[in-house]
Amino acid sequence: MAWTTPAAAGPLDYPNRRYGNDHDRYAWSMLTDRPPLVWPQGEGLALFVVVPLQFFPLNPQGKPLKVPGNMVMPYPDLRHYTLRDYGNRVGIHRLLKALDAASVVPTFAVNTRLFEREPLLCEQIVGRGNEIIAHSWSMDTVHAGGLDESAERELVQRSVGRLRELTGRPVRGWLSPGKLNSANTPDLLAAAGIDYFCDWVNDELPYRWRTATGALWSMPLSTEISDTFVLVDNLHSEESWADQVCDAADLLHAEAARQGGRILTLTLTPWLLGQPHRMRHLERVLGHVTSLGGVWSASGAQIMDVAMPQIP
Amino acid sequence: MSNEVSASKEALDYYRPWPYDRRPKIVWPNGARIAFWVAPNIEVYELNPPANAFRTPWPHPFPAVPGYSIRDYGNRVGHMRQMRVLDKYGVRGSISLSSALIDHHPEIIALCKERNWEFFSHGIYNTRYTYGLSEAQEKALIQDSIDSIRKATGEAPVGYLAPALSHSELTVDLWAEAGGTYTCDLFHDDQPTPVNVRSGKPFVSIPYSLELNDTIAYVVNKIEPRRYGQMIRDAFDRLYAEGAESGTVMCIPTHNYQVSTPHRLKAFEQALEYITGHSGVWVTTGREIADYYLKHHYTAAQTSIEAVNDVTHRSAC
Repeated sequence: MAWTTPAAAGPLDYPNRRYGNDHDRYAWSMLTDRPPLVWPQGEGLALFVVVPLQFFPLNPQGKPLKVPGNMVMPYPDLRHYTLRDYGNRVGIHRLLKALDAASVVPTFAVNTRLFEREPLLCEQIVGRGNEIIAHSWSMDTVHAGGLDESAERELVQRSVGRLRELTGRPVRGWLSPGKLNSANTPDLLAAAGIDYFCDWVNDELPYRWRTATGALWSMPLSTEISDTFVLVDNLHSEESWADQVCDAADLLHAEAARQGGRILTLTLTPWLLGQPHRMRHLERVLGHVTSLGGVWSASGAQIMDVAMPQIP
Repeated sequence: MSNEVSASKEALDYYRPWPYDRRPKIVWPNGARIAFWVAPNIEVYELNPPANAFRTPWPHPFPAVPGYSIRDYGNRVGHMRQMRVLDKYGVRGSISLSSALIDHHPEIIALCKERNWEFFSHGIYNTRYTYGLSEAQEKALIQDSIDSIRKATGEAPVGYLAPALSHSELTVDLWAEAGGTYTCDLFHDDQPTPVNVRSGKPFVSIPYSLELNDTIAYVVNKIEPRRYGQMIRDAFDRLYAEGAESGTVMCIPTHNYQVSTPHRLKAFEQALEYITGHSGVWVTTGREIADYYLKHHYTAAQTSIEAVNDVTHRSAC
């Protein structure tokens, strides 16, 4: 399906100035105009926690561009390579201990190459039984404009197909590195049997995409309160990150009581939050969120399965 | 060798020096000390904007998902949330409007119109810049936005904030000639000031704080939400105190994809609660401030500016 966004002929030509969006990939809709969503525990707050398990190659090609978190020093960048690897050796286990203690369910977004390289980690994660979604091949396979369509098709098929083989799971969800897309990404995901993707931060509830290749849903996953955005991009303190998440949880929890189900979406990155000095702030967040009444901690697919039949 | 662009000017000549401590007293309606207004920027950004030689709309190749989708969030989710808070504290928004939003999202226009909010022009799209336009093209862009807003709301806008804060040397002049009475594009003062436009008509600048603009605070300065709320309260305290001597203006410019996100709205709401909890605060709109100033203070201001700049009476320098 092509994007119906014809180019302007000049600075005062507005070919897409019309009702709704300036493209046709999803319908224009205000959150408050939709029927209230009901979660299994009622009209409350769902908690969607994504834990990315990432592989940053030591020799990134950076094509068509480099997403944040990649190597930045001259080759070989031991500094950043090992600091990212820390997350998969140490940080993840620390995070999982805290999540388990709070009875919060993670959804793992996995770079397929990581599980191929690390069968033990794959086995441990699969053994937990939590949902696993695809996160492309590595943090150096970027789905952005400029990536050739056939190359991207092969990349999507390989990432999803091999992850299904390695994990024995259906793999229904997708998160692109850096939340970037090419013009073809949504169609290629749907063609690979992906049900939902978490790349578009334009909503707080799931909504339908239009693709040429099948059904696809957008699942919200906030960038603005993600640990990397707050701590790395904005250089806010850990305490401030925790305050921001708690404030968000309070607002969404109160709004859910008035307007129907809401979702608090958190990205907890093992190589970042899994550092010892950050853990107590994460624990404060988990304690606060789970103390709010009627919070439903669920995986992406669990939320989708409850939401989809309720959304026109 | 000079790097100067040959046609460029060394300085702006829209206004003259006018020290803050040498001005006639401003008194706002009902003896208020401070005129307080909130300017929600309600914008539309194009997924596929035309290239501009002077400024690149998106940092990523098409489709620029991160930038486009968070701005789309503002209209899908954020607007209602901000409007609810403004309703709660009795604040009518003064909308800085990408006028293409009238076509794309008329639901938002209807909600704002119901509340008697002010609509002022912020161009057509926030991905269409003034840079590179001829005078005739900029005039056409301005007129298009005026006609669109008049058709949708029944009233022509009188205020202007250039799209994406992109300006030409003529932006303010052209706005005045198209019927405008005030500009938000000058950040030189905390009180309204007369602006010298080429048509010579009475025209004012209304303070629109870039420092308190949520996008500047959150994206450029990377401020924490609670600190942003504290900054707003601190600014209010100072302008409120100074307003006892002569009326001041305080503006909070917002964006529905910044201030309305779940982790930030509380800080903004607490600041609004604090401000509107004071007596002597004129909670108003940009247009009402401009109208009142033009009617009651503009002439005295002009006389004062002439006097302080009159070299024949200056004692030193």
